[in-house]
Amino acid sequence: MSKSSDPRSPILAAGAKAPNFRLKTTPDQTVALEDFLGRPVVLAFYPADWSPVCSDQMGLYAQVMPEFKKFDAEILGISVDGIWTHLAFAKDRKLNFPLLSDFEPKGAVSRLYGVYETSTGESARALFVIDKHGVIRWSLLSPDGVNPGADGILTALEHLR
Amino acid sequence: MPETYEPPRLTLPVGERDHSEGPLDAPVVLVEYGDYQCPYCGAAYPVVKRLQKELGSTLRFVFRNFPITNAHPQAEWAAETAEAAAAEGKFWEVHDYLYENQRFLGDAEHFARYEAKLKLDVAKIAREVAQHAFSSRIEEDFLSGVRSGVNGTPTFFINGSRYDGPPEVQPMLEALTPGRGADRRKSRS
Repeated sequence: MSKSSDPRSPILAAGAKAPNFRLKTTPDQTVALEDFLGRPVVLAFYPADWSPVCSDQMGLYAQVMPEFKKFDAEILGISVDGIWTHLAFAKDRKLNFPLLSDFEPKGAVSRLYGVYETSTGESARALFVIDKHGVIRWSLLSPDGVNPGADGILTALEHLR
Repeated sequence: MPETYEPPRLTLPVGERDHSEGPLDAPVVLVEYGDYQCPYCGAAYPVVKRLQKELGSTLRFVFRNFPITNAHPQAEWAAETAEAAAAEGKFWEVHDYLYENQRFLGDAEHFARYEAKLKLDVAKIAREVAQHAFSSRIEEDFLSGVRSGVNGTPTFFINGSRYDGPPEVQPMLEALTPGRGADRRKSRS
């Protein structure tokens, strides 16, 4: 019980090795970070599926996908939502990249990256750009309720070159 | 990590490529990134009209496309229709009509009747939309928005700086005329 009052460990910063993980993306498929070694990876942690705005962060990334592809980058959305809500959300918003379920043990990967909000039991809105060697090259913790957009990601991907 | 917050800046300056209303040398330039099918943009449409009325010739208003097509299947069609009308000099007429008739999006006939009323070449517009003649321009608008910190619609920029307040008349008027707002407060106290 006393654990919930622990402050969040700091967000992993540029230069750190990106901790590997394996999470479910469909009921019978998992995705591991190391599957993408050799390519840049964008991790987009977000609080919850079904954000009430009409053009949410994940929807924007789906729309910007052709730009991410120019860098051969893979984008992975991560929240503590279960697989079934991820599937429904991805279908509804026509998302074209995997959503990973940091569901059991809850928030374990978010904690590993220093982006788990114990007060809400959700991931913070945080972005990581990881290079082809698995090293974090850029990270951003977005203030509550602020959609961090795609610009910082694209700039970080440009700097990988 | 950001210590002091600075709103993002417009990366593509307002220029000849843009659709704009109001004097080219107006002291205040308001840029909107919008989607014709977005209900929030529909709600912001009369707000902009009101701002234009209040500020008159001191305001230049620019509209750029930011269609979120995965959420709004008619948004690209609408944007291309307005651009095709622009090629015949009737951008703002069709822009306004699209926002005033958002509920008819998907009913191409409804909009074709208005184009005919404007004496536009309805067949030419339909052909250009079908051939996506203006999609690269819309794409350019969209990407300029992405690189300027447009994360959803509507997003406004005031003199090149992103406006993060609510898309409502009073707060926007104050942001557009900071001096005037301060004078008013002063005279009241």
